[in-house]
Amino acid sequence: MFARFGNWVREGQIWGSVFRHGVPRDRRTRAMAILTNVFLHLHPVAVRKSGIRLSFTWCMGGLTFFLFLVEIVTGVLLMFYYRPTVEYAYFDIQGLRATVTLGLQRELHRWGAHAMVITIWLHMLRVFLTGSYKPPREFNWSIGVILLVLTLLLSFTGYLLPWDQLAMWAITVGSNMARATPGVGTEGPLSSFIQIGGVPLVHAGDDARFGLLAGTFVGPNALLRFYVLHCVFIPVVVTVLLAVHFWRVRKDGGISGPL
Amino acid sequence: MMSSLLAAGSIFDTIKDGINALCQPHWFLILSVVALIVFLLGYRRFTKPVFAIPFAAVCIVFFLASCLDPNFVEIVKKADNVPIVMMMFAVSFFLWLAFRQAALNDEATENGQPLIEAGADDKVLVWPDLVYIELIALVLCTAFLVVWAIVLRAPLEQPADPNVAPNPAKAPWYFLGLQEMLVYFDPWLAGVVFPGLIVVGLIAIPYMDTNPRGNGYYTFKERPFAITTFLFGFLILWVVLIIFGTFLRGPNWNFFGPYEYWDLHRPMALLNTEFHDLFWITLMGRALPTESWAFVPGYIIRELPGILLVGAYFVLGPLVLRMLFFRKLYLQMGFVRYGVMSTLMLVMMLMPIKMALRWTLNLHYIVGITEWFLNV
Ligand code: HEM
Repeated sequence: MFARFGNWVREGQIWGSVFRHGVPRDRRTRAMAILTNVFLHLHPVAVRKSGIRLSFTWCMGGLTFFLFLVEIVTGVLLMFYYRPTVEYAYFDIQGLRATVTLGLQRELHRWGAHAMVITIWLHMLRVFLTGSYKPPREFNWSIGVILLVLTLLLSFTGYLLPWDQLAMWAITVGSNMARATPGVGTEGPLSSFIQIGGVPLVHAGDDARFGLLAGTFVGPNALLRFYVLHCVFIPVVVTVLLAVHFWRVRKDGGISGPL
Repeated sequence: MMSSLLAAGSIFDTIKDGINALCQPHWFLILSVVALIVFLLGYRRFTKPVFAIPFAAVCIVFFLASCLDPNFVEIVKKADNVPIVMMMFAVSFFLWLAFRQAALNDEATENGQPLIEAGADDKVLVWPDLVYIELIALVLCTAFLVVWAIVLRAPLEQPADPNVAPNPAKAPWYFLGLQEMLVYFDPWLAGVVFPGLIVVGLIAIPYMDTNPRGNGYYTFKERPFAITTFLFGFLILWVVLIIFGTFLRGPNWNFFGPYEYWDLHRPMALLNTEFHDLFWITLMGRALPTESWAFVPGYIIRELPGILLVGAYFVLGPLVLRMLFFRKLYLQMGFVRYGVMSTLMLVMMLMPIKMALRWTLNLHYIVGITEWFLNV
C-alpha cells in the first residue's frame, strides 16, 4: 500500500522534476544523488573510507557548520523581536521570555553559539593532531584560522546585544583593550609621539577604541555598530569563507589520509 | 555517631583546603604542565581503556562530589559557565580519542603493520555512507541543543548601567585566557599584540612545519615537537587560563580556590618590585638614574637594563635554542622559517616566564617606560 503510493509519487512528474535521478539504490543513482543536488555536491561522490570514520574527523567540522546554520535560523527569529536601541533592547529580550510561545530561540541561539566556539576549537585540534594542515592543505588551515577569529568575533559582538549588566561590562572589558593598541590607541605605547606641533593626533575621540565603539563608552552607537556587525557583516564574510573552505577541502584531495 | 560524622566532615574540609591550596595559580599551572608531560611520555599506556576508563570515572565522581560544596556549585552552575564544564570534559575525551589512535598507529608502524587510516583506494560512496552519518550527527546535535535550551535559561541580568560596575567584570568566557594575561602584562601586550601574534602564529604553522611525516593520520611519535608545542599553547596557555578566569578569579580579580567563598573584601594583590629597582638599587647599590644623557631621557637610562634584557632574549634566544636543542631542526627549516618559529616560540614563553617572575619576585615590569605606556 505505502510502497505503491511511494512508487507512484516517485514516478510522477513533480518528483522527477525535483530529483533528476531514480531512487539511490545502485552506484549510478547514488552518484547522481550527490551530483545533481546543489547542497549535497559540496561533497565529492566517493570518499576515503577511513576519512569518514567518526573517530577520525569527530564530525567536528560538520557540527561547526551545522551550529552555524542553527545560529542563522534562530538569529533571524530573534531579529523579528529585537530592536537595537538602548530604550528597547533589554526589554525586547525580557519580553521574549514572557510573551513568545515556545520561545526557545534565545536559548538555542546562545547555547548554540557557545557550542560552536567549543566545536571549532575541537575541529582545529583534530586537524592539527592528524597533521591535516600539511601540504597541500596549508592554505585551508589559514582560512580556518580566519574563520576561527570571525567566529569568536561573532560571539563577542552578540554578547552585547541583550544590553544587560553582563553584556555591557564584558564588552567594556574587551573593548578597553583597543585603547592600548600601539600607535593608534590613546593609552597605547608610542601613540603620544603621533602629533603635529604638539597637538596629539591620537586621543579618546578618535583612537582605535573609538572606532570600535563609535564613541568613548559602550553606548547606543556601540550597540548599533555591534548589531550590524553581528547580524550582517561578519555572517556574510563567514559564509563566503566557508564556501572557500569547503571548496578547498575537495580541491585539496578530500579529507586527508596517509598517502 | 556524631563524632564520626564530624571527623568525616573535617577530613573533607582538609581535602578541600588542600585542593584550594593546590589551585593557587603557580601550583595549578605547574601541576598542569607536569600532567601534560607525564601524559605525553606515557600516552601509549595511559590511553589504554584499563587506565582511561577508571580515570574518567574518578574525574566524574570527583566533579559530582565537588558539587556538594555550595561555593563550588555557586560558580559551576552559572548558566554561562556550564559550557566551560562541557568544554573541559569534551577536550579531555577527544584528547584521549586522538592519542589512543596515535598510540595504536605508532605501535603499528613499529611492527610494520598498516595504519588505522590506511587504504587510500578504499573508497565508499557519499550517498549513503557519509550523508547518513551527517544526518545522524545533525539529529543528535539538535536533540542535545534543544534539551540544553529547555533545561537552562539564557541569563539576563539587570539592565545595563554604566555607573554600576560589577566586581569582577569578566570578558566573555572564550576570551578569559586573554584577560588572565592582563594580570601579567599591560593591555597593549595582553590585549593587542599577543592576540595578534596568536593568530599570525596559527596561520604560520603549516608554513613552519616542514616535517613531511604524520600527514593525515594520528601519530605522536613522528612529530613530537610540533604536537607538544601546540598542546602546550592550547591546553596550558589557553584552556587552563580560561579555567582560571572562569572558576578561580573572583572579586578584584583575586584568586580563589574552587571551594572558597568569593570574599568581596579580600584586598587586591600588591605589586611592588620593578626590574629597574632590582638592577639599580639592589644590584648596583645606588639610586635610580634620573638625569638625561645627551638626548637620551633619564627614564630610558633607568630602563636600559630591562630593554637590553628583553632585546637579548629575542636576539640571543633563537641562537641559544639552536645550539641547545634545534640543531637538526634548523638545518631542516632554514634560516627564515627557523627565525619566525623561534621568535613566535619565545613570545609564547614570555607568558610562563613572566608568571614565574611574578610568583617568585613579585615582579611588576621588566621594562617600565610608563611615560610612553611602553611596559613589558
Ligand atoms: C566556521 C568554522 C569551520 C567550519 C564550519 C569548518 C568545516 C569543515 C569541514 C566540514 C571540514 C571537513 C572535514 C571535517 O569535518 O573535519 C573541514 C576540514 C578542514 N578544516 Fe575546517 N571548518 C571550520 C574552521 C576551521 C578552523 C578554525 C581550522 C583550522 C585552524 C580549519 C581547518 C581545516 C582543514 C585544514 C581541513 C581539511 C582537513 C582534512 O582534509 O582532513 N577549519 N572544515
